[in-house]
Amino acid sequence: MNRKDASGGAAVERLVKLPFKKSLEISIKSLRARFYRSLITTLSLVLAVSFLSFVRVGTDVANGLLATGDPALRQALVRSGYDLGPEDTHTGSSPKQRWIIILSLVVCTVGIINAQLMAVTERFREIGTMKCLGALDRFILRLFLLESGMQGLAGAFAGALIGAFFAVIGAGLHYGTVVLRVLPLSDVAISVGLATGVGCLLSLVGVLYPAIVAARMQPVDAMRVEH
Amino acid sequence: MPQTTHIVRVSKVTKNFHLGKVEVRVLKGIDLEIERGNYISIMGPSGSGKSTLFNMIGGLDKPTSGKVFIDDVDIAQLDAYELAWLRCRKIGYIFQTFNIIPVMTALENVTLPMIFAGVGNDEAVEKGIQLLELVGLGDRFQHKPSELSGGQQQRVAVARALANDPAIILADEPTGNLDLTTGEEIIYLLKRLCRERGVTVISATHDFKMLNVSDQVVWIRDGLIDKIEGRDELSISVGEIGRRD
Repeated sequence: MNRKDASGGAAVERLVKLPFKKSLEISIKSLRARFYRSLITTLSLVLAVSFLSFVRVGTDVANGLLATGDPALRQALVRSGYDLGPEDTHTGSSPKQRWIIILSLVVCTVGIINAQLMAVTERFREIGTMKCLGALDRFILRLFLLESGMQGLAGAFAGALIGAFFAVIGAGLHYGTVVLRVLPLSDVAISVGLATGVGCLLSLVGVLYPAIVAARMQPVDAMRVEH
Repeated sequence: MPQTTHIVRVSKVTKNFHLGKVEVRVLKGIDLEIERGNYISIMGPSGSGKSTLFNMIGGLDKPTSGKVFIDDVDIAQLDAYELAWLRCRKIGYIFQTFNIIPVMTALENVTLPMIFAGVGNDEAVEKGIQLLELVGLGDRFQHKPSELSGGQQQRVAVARALANDPAIILADEPTGNLDLTTGEEIIYLLKRLCRERGVTVISATHDFKMLNVSDQVVWIRDGLIDKIEGRDELSISVGEIGRRD
């Protein structure tokens, strides 16, 4: 056995490591083992993001309809609540809508923080054990960020698609099949992408504090927890 | 460099905890030297400071004053990275509650410390299987902890503790959650590893079954070492314990 380093000098090779592939593997396993729990955590994100996507895609559809220049469609838009001036060729979401979206996203983030804090508490012993085996703070941080990132990506993408789907269906029922003809596909794609991105970001923001709590934990504290 | 015979040296260690505004002196000056390759039991009633001393030796906690040397390295001088390295390479931990990571299989639990130590995947898997065979679980390495009995989980923990060929195995009440026979099996397994592999086994316990296999028993009472008994003195005092209970 190697004893020549017994004098205690800090050598470079004295580093513990966790390859990225392995962390990914562990976090996927953790997600799968707690599938339903992860699903519920993700669900609030799905809902909030689908709302964002719904509103954005709804606006995209309205803009598509306006771009046709058809006065009948313009009338229909005004009747369904779009605040259009006589010369407007473009519409955005109303301040009220924006407020509701922001609120729903904030509520969703708080929900994620809450759920992740509980997940950390539940996994105190697991985290402490890993630390006793030599895991560094950043390994733990990385595991939580990866899990949350994957949850965020899946949840936000699903939410964005659901929101876009219902926005198009809703508009189709309201204005007729003309919607499908004038649908600005690139704008819709941007909206879906944006909603997915926002969802991922919120998921990561939500896990940051719980993950730091987990990573900073002393192994001895983890051992003390009685279940 | 000649090998020192003392793998752990504890010198004038005190530890105080704050409980609200009250300062509790848990350890009141402990001096202890543990020889390489021995099987040590730390005995004492709960609240005696046994677990605290044990955590110090394991590098899980730092003393308020005094020094703890593991393999001649003062652990108070180590930074977070070096401490992690120490926990990974020099010390194997065994817990009362097994602490097998529930989402991983037995084999993955055993290979994890090797991955941390930078061992390649194939090599780690091969060694992990060898270690599981060594502890008598050669056929169950793909099982999840929930599919294993308490004794089997503790065997996985023993294999995991051995993963990086540590110099010390620290076992905190390893038999506390096991029935009599299973506990005995784990004790003899540890003893065998101690003898065959030259690993120093240090266990905190109040399981008297441990006494039979210990080379040395350290009795802790009220934050101080009450007495240290060698193997030969033990047979006399075991009778005494029987009477005391």
